[in-house]
Amino acid sequence: MSVNPIISLRGVTKVYGEGPTAFQALKGVDLDIQQGDFVAVMGPSGSGKSTTMNILGCLDVPTGGTYLFKGHHVETLDRDQRALLRRRYLGFVFQGFNLLSRTTALENVELPLLYRGEDKKLRYDMGMAALDKVGLKDWWDHTPAELSGGQQQRVAIARAIVTQPDVLVADEPTGNLDSQRSIEIMELLTDLNRNSGITVLMVTHEPDMAAYARTIVHFRDGLVESIEEGVKA
Amino acid sequence: MLGTTVILAFRAINRHKLRSFLTTLGIIIGVAAVVTMVTLGNGATAAVREQISSLGANVLQLRPGQGFGRGGGGPRPPDFKPADLTAIENQLTGVRAVAPVVQSSGTAIYEGNNWSTTVYGTTSAYSEVQQWKVQDGRLFLPDEEEAGKSVCIIGNTVRTNLFQGAEPVGKRMRIKGVSCQVVGVLATRGQGGFGDQDDVVVMPIKFVQRRFTGDRDISQIMVAVDDAYDSATVQSSLEELMRERRKIKAGDQDNFNVFDTKQISDTLTGTTTILTQIVGAVAAISLLVGGIGIMNIMLVSVTERTREIGIRLAIGAVAREVLMQFLVEAIVLSCLGGLIGLFLALIASVAIAPLMQVPFLFDVKVNAIAFLFSAAIGVVFGYFPARRAAALNPIDALRHE
Repeated sequence: MSVNPIISLRGVTKVYGEGPTAFQALKGVDLDIQQGDFVAVMGPSGSGKSTTMNILGCLDVPTGGTYLFKGHHVETLDRDQRALLRRRYLGFVFQGFNLLSRTTALENVELPLLYRGEDKKLRYDMGMAALDKVGLKDWWDHTPAELSGGQQQRVAIARAIVTQPDVLVADEPTGNLDSQRSIEIMELLTDLNRNSGITVLMVTHEPDMAAYARTIVHFRDGLVESIEEGVKA
Repeated sequence: MLGTTVILAFRAINRHKLRSFLTTLGIIIGVAAVVTMVTLGNGATAAVREQISSLGANVLQLRPGQGFGRGGGGPRPPDFKPADLTAIENQLTGVRAVAPVVQSSGTAIYEGNNWSTTVYGTTSAYSEVQQWKVQDGRLFLPDEEEAGKSVCIIGNTVRTNLFQGAEPVGKRMRIKGVSCQVVGVLATRGQGGFGDQDDVVVMPIKFVQRRFTGDRDISQIMVAVDDAYDSATVQSSLEELMRERRKIKAGDQDNFNVFDTKQISDTLTGTTTILTQIVGAVAAISLLVGGIGIMNIMLVSVTERTREIGIRLAIGAVAREVLMQFLVEAIVLSCLGGLIGLFLALIASVAIAPLMQVPFLFDVKVNAIAFLFSAAIGVVFGYFPARRAAALNPIDALRHE
């Protein structure tokens, strides 16, 4: 392992609820992720992979243990500080695409830039560049309802990368797509990882998709069960 | 940051036009109702004031009997005599002008046109008391009054119906079967609370007494109070004088009454002001209901847009920005509603004022207050839903279906 991983979890636990009904989702996870890695997180339902991804994405905080993200102790940060961290370093892609309805592709992609306070010209240029990267430059004025599932997911990826984040967090990005679209999305993610240097963290339960990753982390019962090299890496 | 949230708020409003319109509807109706009611109310108050002042400012009306009616049974209280008039003129202080009035109704005829109207017999002092102006022609000359000549000044309604475009001054018409010469036309006074004030024929009192009423009695004396004097003081001196002249014993009731037009003015103005306030208050409640409507739809909107809020939070919006966006949305909607409401109120007021026969008075203050109030409603009723939106947990919000 290299000396300075971008992500470092040490003894991370997560407990939901209190008292007798409390549920321990994570039981002490140790995980290091290197800058530029492509990590697939796998595991059955309830294994703790979603909880881990929420913590890695700075959407949630661990109950115990430490999470070091680019040198920040995330477990000590408040809501807004974590929001600023997400704004600065992270991009998100979800299974359900999660685009704003009745909003053009470009406006969707521009959204993170708006929160960054970028001006109109820059938003347009960066937004169009991101759409170009996912091959949807000509579709910039289409709303999600006018786009196919695969296209919507590519808009979502454009939105995630428009801020040139360090880490892209993808939660089952191909879960709602047929196999042909899934392959296109995986190729796009691989391309972003290889050529733009974005660290990709992806949750999936499909081994075909996980095969695109360089590192595959298996979760079971709130712990990291095993870490293996990806087939296609 | 404010710029960003304003852009986002406008985009969200623009994207959901129907929802935005429905949200605003309560405010639109509320503001329109309040402003229309108050504007028309102010117009009505002004109209009442105008009518009162057209009766003559600070005029005491002396009539026989008690109150407006004759009051009770018994013999009809006697009318006033010319000597009473002289006494008032000479013995009462604080009097600007005194005009006797006898009234009679009859038909006026000119070249085959008939018109039923009221004939006032009075003197030139009447124009001073009532502030009537002669638009064409002239007032009575002293010798016409003295001799009770057959001359008349007609109101505009009579002119229109009888002369139908012909120039009346100098013409001879017949009134109650007697020929008389028109010497003047009164300036239009309009519809008053006391009937059409232009439907009159004014003639020298001596002529009316001689040819129509048959005696020298005066049915009403109008006393214009000098502005420098208190009308209440003049009124009590007048009452005292008349009791003396009509030989009313101490303790007996007056058989005449003095009516101060200033009282009607104050009473009616007060009444319309109160009415305006009541109607305005009722309309203000509708504005409040409109505000609750905004809150209601914003709350529903927060639930409906939970996932959207989740997306915003996930991509790095801080709670304050989400709060601001929803708050700005609510404020923009309520301000927009306020503006539309003001516009509708303007149209409604301009349209309704003539129907109610009141002037349209644009009151900047009322409009400004209504607008600021609608903006305040946006802040107050938008804050709660906005805070709720901002407090959402991004993970739960994203999972929301």
